[in-house]
Amino acid sequence: MRIACPLCGERDSREFSYKGAALALGYPSEEAGFEAWDDYLHKRDNPAGPTRELWYHGSGCTAWLVVTRNTMTHEILSVELAEDAPESAQENTQGANA
Amino acid sequence: MIDLVAISPCEGLLPLTVGAVTLSEPEMAPLALVAPMKGKEASLAKAMQAAHGLEWPAAGETSKADGAELIWFGRAQALFVGAEPSAKLAAHAAVTDQSDAWTRVLLEGAGARDVLARLCPLDMRDTAFPVGATARSEVFHMQASITRLGDDSWHIMGFRSMAATLVHDLKRAMESVAARTQG
Repeated sequence: MRIACPLCGERDSREFSYKGAALALGYPSEEAGFEAWDDYLHKRDNPAGPTRELWYHGSGCTAWLVVTRNTMTHEILSVELAEDAPESAQENTQGANA
Repeated sequence: MIDLVAISPCEGLLPLTVGAVTLSEPEMAPLALVAPMKGKEASLAKAMQAAHGLEWPAAGETSKADGAELIWFGRAQALFVGAEPSAKLAAHAAVTDQSDAWTRVLLEGAGARDVLARLCPLDMRDTAFPVGATARSEVFHMQASITRLGDDSWHIMGFRSMAATLVHDLKRAMESVAARTQG
């Protein structure tokens, strides 16, 4: 698998590590309550199809990336720097469950 | 007064020649990591130009002026090599002395690229990695900075604490390339 880092170009997957669903910055407010935080911390969709994920280019430029990947084919649909990703896009793709 | 003797990271390990490829250490130089503060990228580039005559390098690029060099070193950072950075940069960037943190080696000679190709998951062809280009990637299992200085000349940096590992891994690759090219 190869990931096209926006800074470094296309690189081998050994340079990257996987974090999980791209939820990191879309966290609830402090007052949001138990349900919202429980959902944010623990509950994940397990979509068969396109999903947004956070990857870390640790052996390269050390940037965090938002990678949109099809979990059925491993096709990588888009890669962007996490710092450039719009807030709304940092929530996992919904409704992609096949 | 105590007279301290500077010992380079690869003291006693280098230089080393295997076949047509030589691994050596360049003269020790001051190194400073320059990381622009958020939103100050443009003003840092100006200050760098004014103080040292250096272009701020885009991803994968290096820039050179008399006596100093900037190597792109990852997202929003570059390594300033060969001189003391101007104090004026501190208004725009976090500047940290890393002179003692890195091992620098030079890999040179016909086949130097073949040696690196055994260790790095990079496209080393001229079109993808021309002279003057730089990359952050891996050398075997270690994070490294790799810069192409000439057709057969590469500048490789790894963590100082791993100097012996860096030399060991490069030496093994040099030996296997030499074994393939003999006769």
